[in-house]
Amino acid sequence: MPVIFITDALIFLLLVMVALFVGYSARHEHMRVPWRQVGERPLAMASAVVLLFYITIGLLDSIHFHPRLEGTGHVEIMYSIEILSALDVLTEKLQSQTEKTYSAPFATHAFSKEVISLPDGREVRDYPRLLYGGSHLVDTEQEFTMDVVLKTVTGIIIGIIIWCMLSIVILFLLSRNREEDLKSTMDSVINYQNKIPWHVILITLGILVVISSAIAWLSNYYHVLGTDKVGQDVLYQSLKSIRTGLLIGTLTTLVMLPFAIAMGIMAGYFHGWIDDVIQYIYTTLNSIPGVLLIAASILMLDVYMTNNADSFTSMEQRADMRLLFLCLILGIMSWTGLCRLLRGETMKLCEVDYVQAAQAFGVSHFTIMLRHVLPNVMHIVMISIVIDFSGLVLAEAVLAYINIGVDPSMSSWGNMINSARLEMAREPIVWWSLGAAFVFMLGLVLAANLFADAVRDAFDPRIRTTI
Amino acid sequence: MINYILRRIIYAIPILIGVNIITFVLFFVVNTPDEMARMHLGQKHVTLEAIDKWKSERGYDKPVVWNTAADSMGKFTDTIFFNKSIRLFVFDFGQSDNGRDIGYDISQRMWPSLAITVPSLLLGLLAYISFALILAFFRATYIDIWGVVICVIMMSISSMFYIIGGQFVISKLLHLVPISGYDSGFEAIKFVALPVLVGLIGSIGSSTRWYRTIFLEEMHKDFVRTARAKGLSEKVVLFRHVLRNGLIPILTGVVVVLPMLFIGSLITESFFAIPGLGSYTINAIQSQDFSIVRSMVYLGSVLYIIGLILTDVSYTIADPRIRLE
Repeated sequence: MPVIFITDALIFLLLVMVALFVGYSARHEHMRVPWRQVGERPLAMASAVVLLFYITIGLLDSIHFHPRLEGTGHVEIMYSIEILSALDVLTEKLQSQTEKTYSAPFATHAFSKEVISLPDGREVRDYPRLLYGGSHLVDTEQEFTMDVVLKTVTGIIIGIIIWCMLSIVILFLLSRNREEDLKSTMDSVINYQNKIPWHVILITLGILVVISSAIAWLSNYYHVLGTDKVGQDVLYQSLKSIRTGLLIGTLTTLVMLPFAIAMGIMAGYFHGWIDDVIQYIYTTLNSIPGVLLIAASILMLDVYMTNNADSFTSMEQRADMRLLFLCLILGIMSWTGLCRLLRGETMKLCEVDYVQAAQAFGVSHFTIMLRHVLPNVMHIVMISIVIDFSGLVLAEAVLAYINIGVDPSMSSWGNMINSARLEMAREPIVWWSLGAAFVFMLGLVLAANLFADAVRDAFDPRIRTTI
Repeated sequence: MINYILRRIIYAIPILIGVNIITFVLFFVVNTPDEMARMHLGQKHVTLEAIDKWKSERGYDKPVVWNTAADSMGKFTDTIFFNKSIRLFVFDFGQSDNGRDIGYDISQRMWPSLAITVPSLLLGLLAYISFALILAFFRATYIDIWGVVICVIMMSISSMFYIIGGQFVISKLLHLVPISGYDSGFEAIKFVALPVLVGLIGSIGSSTRWYRTIFLEEMHKDFVRTARAKGLSEKVVLFRHVLRNGLIPILTGVVVVLPMLFIGSLITESFFAIPGLGSYTINAIQSQDFSIVRSMVYLGSVLYIIGLILTDVSYTIADPRIRLE
């Protein structure tokens, strides 16, 4: 039985909007040219592949449902109260195989010593075997290295096979699009004869697919990234955190975009008191230190939620509300910058001949703003969306540290860092949660930054003229 | 000039009123004092007397904006709005929810904050400008390209990792400085060194890249071409023409943050246990002390507005072409 969280609905709405935007860009030359320019940059395309990889995982994690209960004996179908996502189904093993507490990556034995009672009745203090990690091994010391190497190689081979199939599908579609045979398309890709760097795209895809399939294969037998304090697999947490990170980065923008665009264009188009009021609003909001406003709002949300605890049916729903609210607050904080940019640009556009002509012909204000101003400020909107994204993902970690981030029960990189931070004093050090959050975050943010750079270079008219 | 500044200060008043109203609405209208009391005292088993006592101890038992019970001026002054919000205008912060004088705490705690932020700012400027100049000097060579790549990678790493990494490597592995804490006088240096260093490294990526763009923009301008054409060496061009003109946007960008140095950095102070205003705020957020958070919101806004005014003034000083009217 499907469950739709508000954030799920919004993320799919966002997807629809992106699709519409792609359609719009494809039909208009002034959008197509810069996008093609982005497409010709190898680094940007490699980043785009990485971003798509993250987005796929995030979307899989946004399809929620109540699983059907098996064998209850009732005639009608029963549903569990638990809420799962499509990603949970794919990673069922990771989710269910929880250990007692910390264990290192690839560990077969627990992280700390425990009293174990031997079969002959004696009791010794030693590192106990893990319940799941490496439980298929009989003699861990002898078999371990060989087993890991073997499993890695198997995973890599599977990955390569998947990659080959994917590549052939992509090349086939490409050749269909170009109306030539598969072989000549392949040749042109291998010999770098395309404007769009298809070889870079395929290689990036290959690296991603091979690494993830090796990890996926290994994770059937080991905790590849270790387990955390309550014994949950760190890899599973990192994967679940992707959705949170993506949501914070995109929903915030989605929430603020209508305000920023409407207010910015209105302020620039109508001078006088409308301009004054809008300027006043954004200067006031801007002058409140961001973290403090977020903190104050989240504090208030906490008070509200504890006093109205019964209106939330499940933990997930509560966490979801908090995430949405956080996006809202972040959106309120961050629309001011874009609004100011749009105001300035609109003021410039109002002096341009075609806008003046439209005004002289008596075209209504609304139509002028929609048809003549909006399309000409879209590049600013787009640049600011892609640039804001990485900052928002990074901000989430900081907010989690001050306890004003997403709900502590929700997986997010910020929460992972925050809980791992407290374990830094342990000896030997528990580094894997931190390391996993670091790698996953760096991957997303770096890809987003590189992609944003390419988009900015392609769309910013100031840069376009100087090159 | 003085006229201009005066006018800007007058313009700031409606903005501060706006800030005040927003915080007031957030803290007292969205949630009533009753709900806050309940939150503080625990959820279920709270007697009405306990709530009333909590409220009257903190002055939350008055009507919100209009006191019908009081006489003449008291109708307005004997309310939560007057006592908690209007008084902020004269920097009368009142007492925190656990009974301490907020104004006194702020005056004590701003010094440790400044001990971190001022050296970070100065050393940072020096480092970022030097790096940016180096990259600009070697523009379009491998040094520049790799420099920018490193900058992008460094700015893609969360500041949390710099702090945790710095504490781990420098304090735990190398035992160079204590992991956290603070001391008065010259002893403070060993506590301040690591936060400053971490802050410096943490923002090296974004700042260097930004300054490099500024310098490169200057390099494309006509006066630089003229300078080269009349045979000046690249060094002279870089330092006398590019650096000097590039400093205008950089310095004015710095002036905005100058007043905010008092507030300190929330995360850094809290990680390194420095008793500054940043950790004060964080503690207040975590212990849900609404009075302190409200005071800090107001203080932050005031400082931000001062920063804006200073920026405009600094434009005229740094760039004689700009005149304020």
